[in-house]
Amino acid sequence: MSTASTETSSHSHAGHGRHDPHLAHHFDTPEQQFTSAKLGMWVFLGTEILMFGGLFCAYSIYRHNHPLVFKFAAEAYLSTKLGTLNTIILITSSLTMAWGVRAAQLNQKKLLMVCLVLTLMGAAGFLVVKTIEYSAKWNEHVWVGAWNEYNADNDASYAQYTRPPDQPATRPTALLTITATQPSPMVMVDDGNTTADRSQIKPRYDYGLSQSIITHPDSSNSGTGLSEEEKRELGYEKLSASDQWHVNTFFSCYFLMTGLHGIHVVVGMGLITWVLLRARRNEFSSEYFTPVDLVGLYWHLVDLIWIFLFPLLYLIH
Amino acid sequence: MSIAQHPSKEAQPDNYLTHGKGFMSWAFTLDHKRIGLLYMAFVLSAFAFGGTFAVLLRTSLLTPNHWMIADDTKAKLFYNNMFSLHGAVMVFMFIIPAVPAILGNFVLPMMLGAKDVAFPRLNLMSLWIYAIGACFFGWVLFGGILRTLFDIHLPFGWGLDTGWTFYTPFSTSKAEDGMVAGVLGAFVLGFSSILTGVNFITSIHTLRPRGMTWFRMPLFLWALYATSIIQILATPVLAITLLLLVAERLLHVGIFDSSLGGDPVLFQHFFWFYSHPAVYIMILPGMGVISEVISSHSRKHIFGYNFIALSSVALALLGFLVWGHHLFVAGQSNVADSIFSLLTFSVAIPSAVKVFNWLSTLYRGSIRFTPAMLFAMGFILLFTIGGLTGLFLGALQTDVPLHDTYFVIAHFHYVMVGSMVFAFLAGMYHWFPKMFGKMTNPFWGRVGAIMLFIGFNVTFFPQFVMGAHGSPRRWATYPAEFQVYHDISTVGAYIMAISLITVLINWLAALKWGKPAPANPWGANTLEWRTPSPPPHDNFPTPPIADDPYDMSKWEFDPSIEGWVIRQTEAPHPPDDRTLSVPH
Repeated sequence: MSTASTETSSHSHAGHGRHDPHLAHHFDTPEQQFTSAKLGMWVFLGTEILMFGGLFCAYSIYRHNHPLVFKFAAEAYLSTKLGTLNTIILITSSLTMAWGVRAAQLNQKKLLMVCLVLTLMGAAGFLVVKTIEYSAKWNEHVWVGAWNEYNADNDASYAQYTRPPDQPATRPTALLTITATQPSPMVMVDDGNTTADRSQIKPRYDYGLSQSIITHPDSSNSGTGLSEEEKRELGYEKLSASDQWHVNTFFSCYFLMTGLHGIHVVVGMGLITWVLLRARRNEFSSEYFTPVDLVGLYWHLVDLIWIFLFPLLYLIH
Repeated sequence: MSIAQHPSKEAQPDNYLTHGKGFMSWAFTLDHKRIGLLYMAFVLSAFAFGGTFAVLLRTSLLTPNHWMIADDTKAKLFYNNMFSLHGAVMVFMFIIPAVPAILGNFVLPMMLGAKDVAFPRLNLMSLWIYAIGACFFGWVLFGGILRTLFDIHLPFGWGLDTGWTFYTPFSTSKAEDGMVAGVLGAFVLGFSSILTGVNFITSIHTLRPRGMTWFRMPLFLWALYATSIIQILATPVLAITLLLLVAERLLHVGIFDSSLGGDPVLFQHFFWFYSHPAVYIMILPGMGVISEVISSHSRKHIFGYNFIALSSVALALLGFLVWGHHLFVAGQSNVADSIFSLLTFSVAIPSAVKVFNWLSTLYRGSIRFTPAMLFAMGFILLFTIGGLTGLFLGALQTDVPLHDTYFVIAHFHYVMVGSMVFAFLAGMYHWFPKMFGKMTNPFWGRVGAIMLFIGFNVTFFPQFVMGAHGSPRRWATYPAEFQVYHDISTVGAYIMAISLITVLINWLAALKWGKPAPANPWGANTLEWRTPSPPPHDNFPTPPIADDPYDMSKWEFDPSIEGWVIRQTEAPHPPDDRTLSVPH
């Protein structure tokens, strides 16, 4: 294979006799190789930011169009405590990752491995908390898309005029089991689960009330028809009909953003494990620690994205 | 002359084509030149695949009503499947990778005087991601045709009928088609594109040789750099858009589907935020090729180097600000319409800067009508027509009636096919001797170029007229008054097919019978011409030192090898002191 031959014939014309097993044949110096790797990683991280940028853009548009929906859903369903806990966990894991990079640069193999293990534990802890949150959503029937009872597909009264009669909505089969066991969406869902803001969830479908709120007589707030006090204690029934219909959109944003971020956490765990195994084999030194550095960069980006997700989703006021 | 007798065979026994034998040495090669050739095999296959269905499409439009298939529903579905296949294959598998992945991969490291791109393994990965994505996507699309025509149900072979744009709610409202599979295919292809972009940007930043400052880079590299910037900034947005589309289909989240509270126009914004810059991913590398070809084949220093270089960057940046002109009739506010229209007109400035600089380069040059030069001249003419007709579509008043008519089809084919394909073929003829060490037959190359130029105009010019008369695009049947235009257009498509086959045979014949190529058959001064043709595995026997890439004065023609050599009387210009430091 040509790989082998390029490795062996690498330095015949490079002009310096030093042998560095990590220096690829097309680079002149280890510094040049390190700079290239680092630049390439930064460019790649740029693409990651742009990819999440699309989601942030969708979030901004829907939040701008339906501010009360986001306030209602975040307060009623998201636990700020768990979100804060996860933020602390991720920031700490970023610290241990950065410490690990430093350890690699200083030839401290043991410290590097300890730091990597701690980072891995942080990542796992983050996912555990996330799982707790996701299962709470599942129990409350506000999971992603079709498994969310706010979804228009799950509401016959909307479905009848949003879908042509001859074209029934195609639902995943799992949905059918949920809808079969849960009470009608016209009734408030309270299956005994306790969440912080459970008391604020009011019976959902009361068209008379919500219609009257749309034309609230003493509306001092632009467009929403709610006074400041009403906004503070926002219940579903106080949302306008259009807003009620868009509660589902909040959950779409929530699950897509945290889900894509969660996938990145899982990928990061794989990368950290890979670096950990290589560190155990003594592959890194102050001469060569590029993979540790690059995985560290990636991990900081994952952390950074969460730092944006946390206030956008959990701290809506 | 047979190859074995040629003296250079003994002088240069090991080149990249003979360095390592067998399937594995190609499939797992890290050599950018071999990766470029493998890309060529895949991308040209995709071109033939999409082209076949273009010809079939035109054939089906010979008469106002279906004549190929009697059943009305079937005929319409077949038509929809065909234009979706043609568009998706040509855009995602041919135009986007053609110049960067084939010519860029082959030439970029050599223009940098380097041994390889910065990340050879990433490069190989990008190739195979492309191959897998292209095969899968092609399978989905072709399976749809089989399903429609012969009722053959292949796994994943659902087919698409939304066109290459996947517009919602077409793409979210129907229960059964190949949306999810097709969208995932495009998603995978996007990854390949991103990896190539990362590689090129890093290579240009860190691998430039001694003496090559940013403003001494060949213009092809400037164009590839600008292209890569777009690839890494725009493609991720397409990726997330397509992921959202898949989530919409599989999970029923409500981002784009209005029946779930989503907004279909948001999809158009997202899609064109990628796909308008993608138009510049397609055209910018072609413009880079033209700068090289025009200068070396008219033996004249490129005119207005700085302006051409910076206009590439300007196009890359402006390309991000004009996506809204695809939404003039989609329910955008009047203010947004006006702003996007204005910004769209501003794209004309860097485009015209390039055209005028190329014309000034040609002026009083020693023009050689090589096939590469003919294709480049065809490019300038067709790009000018394509660009000027774009002004009609950028203006609000004229866009509203012209929207979704054949005028639009003609416009973007002038820019995409008339320009991009011509630039690609110009580049292929320009670098063919370097790639394979063989000269093409210039006569048949010229025949191909002229025939393609004629065939192209016969195909697409009537579509301007037809569109101006209001004939809508994407209709399987049409009023009888348009038949004459459609028939002329179809004849043109046949001429194009024949001329492209001529070009292909010309290349294959050159591989078998072509004269051995000298190191520098055109007398160009960019670095890739300072190594034998075909180059050795490591590209350069000695690392070259870069100087002004368009100063061809030190090369003189040596009739004994029919190539250009550096004049022996004077040593190559040493680069001045301020450029000697290794650039980073």
